[in-house]
Amino acid sequence: MSAVVQKRPAWLGWALLALVFVLAAVVDWRLVPVLAIWVAGWMLNALIARHGAWRWGGYVIPILFGVTLLAMWETGERLFEISDVLLPAPSEIAARFWLSRDILWVDFVQTVIKGALSGFVMGCGAAFLLAVVIDRFPFLQKGLLPVGNFVAALPIVGMAPILVMWFGFDWQSKAAVVVVMVFFPMLVNTVQGLQSTDNMQRDLMRTYAASYWQTLLKLRLPAAMPFIFNGLKIASTLALIGAIVAEFFGSPIHGMGFRISTSVGQLALDLVWAEIVVAAIVGSAFYGGIALLERLVTFWHPSQRGRT
Amino acid sequence: MTRSIPVLTVVAAILALWYVAAVPMNAQWAYDRAARADVELTFSDLVADTWSQEKPRLPAPHQVAVEVWQTTVDKKITSKRSLIYHSWITLSATLVGFALGTTLGILLAVGIVYNRVMDMSVMPWVIASQTIPILALAPMIIVVLNAVGVSGLLPKAVISMYLSFFPVAVGMVKGLRSPEVMQLDQMHTWHASASQTFWKLRLPASMPYLFTSLKVAMAASLVGAIVGELPTGAIAGLGARLLAGSYYGQTIQIWSALIMAAALAAVIVSLIGLIQRIVLKRMGMAT
Repeated sequence: MSAVVQKRPAWLGWALLALVFVLAAVVDWRLVPVLAIWVAGWMLNALIARHGAWRWGGYVIPILFGVTLLAMWETGERLFEISDVLLPAPSEIAARFWLSRDILWVDFVQTVIKGALSGFVMGCGAAFLLAVVIDRFPFLQKGLLPVGNFVAALPIVGMAPILVMWFGFDWQSKAAVVVVMVFFPMLVNTVQGLQSTDNMQRDLMRTYAASYWQTLLKLRLPAAMPFIFNGLKIASTLALIGAIVAEFFGSPIHGMGFRISTSVGQLALDLVWAEIVVAAIVGSAFYGGIALLERLVTFWHPSQRGRT
Repeated sequence: MTRSIPVLTVVAAILALWYVAAVPMNAQWAYDRAARADVELTFSDLVADTWSQEKPRLPAPHQVAVEVWQTTVDKKITSKRSLIYHSWITLSATLVGFALGTTLGILLAVGIVYNRVMDMSVMPWVIASQTIPILALAPMIIVVLNAVGVSGLLPKAVISMYLSFFPVAVGMVKGLRSPEVMQLDQMHTWHASASQTFWKLRLPASMPYLFTSLKVAMAASLVGAIVGELPTGAIAGLGARLLAGSYYGQTIQIWSALIMAAALAAVIVSLIGLIQRIVLKRMGMAT
């Protein structure tokens, strides 16, 4: 990307900045330190960004940005004396996180391991198998793909109350919600992936006298991998959402969704935030794990080759 | 026509499966009632009963259809039992949230494309935030906004905004960066200013990306509005109908709300698709 050439005198920026600070001080003096943290963080980042060649810049800058936001949150919360009921400070959330490790762990096992993960495996596995079957029948392909595409855009989370009614309050119903949610995105992506080989490649397999299964295993499945991983990535986020939201409709007395909805009722927002931190960590780890696996499996694909 | 035959077959197969599944799903209740009344159930009786129970585990399609018809066409729109009324409550929050989220997403994308510091500091967070189950925040947003005196449509719209903002931001960044170096150089040789490059090259080039992400964003913001209605205590809206139905075991009500939500999603998403086709055609980008 070409840089935008700006011909503003340097002092103008500083004058503007000073003006903003004076204005902030007039409105409310407490705005000044919060603003100062923002400006300091931003300028540090700008400085690092200008040294574009630095190797770790890609990691340091976003981390610095996140730390800046957290620092603004912390100081802002303290200076403006925002009630903990509305918005706890990051330090309070961290303290709560440490104190309720055991609760968070129980909830994690209930929601993530039992609900989301089992549903994810079942849903993606079933969708994958069905996709391979569909792929053999063009009629089914033409019929199921539009339906699958349509269903993938629907608010499937709404199925949660029905499935909770069918499978009871425990993790089985959560896994069922996850299965329903991940099934169609996975199906559509896998079918598309299996179709992604071109005629030339298939003809080559024919000239080798390869059987259907050989073609599937050696050509079409590997070619479908980028699509399949795309589906898995979408499914990984959906799985967590499904497992958490399904608990809003009824659950045993542990689980992340249960904890969030009851703690909100008790105005214990620090615990809610701690759960959200867990959800964020799990979500990123889940996604990151799949992305890592993708890099190992599809190392040959152009989107992966550029990186080291 | 030839294209719709497979689709119709599949839909018919799904409906048939649904009817068949309704029999074993609801059979237990029919047997219990028959045992209490001391009658022997013939198979046809069983089937007739399982397709017409008042609170079935799985209502038959025609029961849902009748319920939808009764609560949309037969009821006055202002009635609290009208599904149209509830749909409108949800739809209004969805649309407000969608509009806010789209605006915010586009602005953020422009910032990311034109500012290197912003690109390096914000973009990783935008991508990371997509892997986080944001929907878990919904109950808290509702309660906190209620506590500061904001209630009604706005808290739901905030959740919708939150969900619809990321797909738009990511799609627009991709779209605004889609012009090739050659094209950008061309603008340069014409001595185009930054704003001219934006309005005449980058923005038009981003349109296909924008519409694709708008569809995702619209579906996401409907989900956001529905989930946003859950913790408010089930007053109005499709999410409230779902929750009330699950409290009182009114399965037909749940299914009709679900069908309504699906129809709503289908209509608004295909509306965007229609606009997309018209706009792209007028821009000469239709494929």
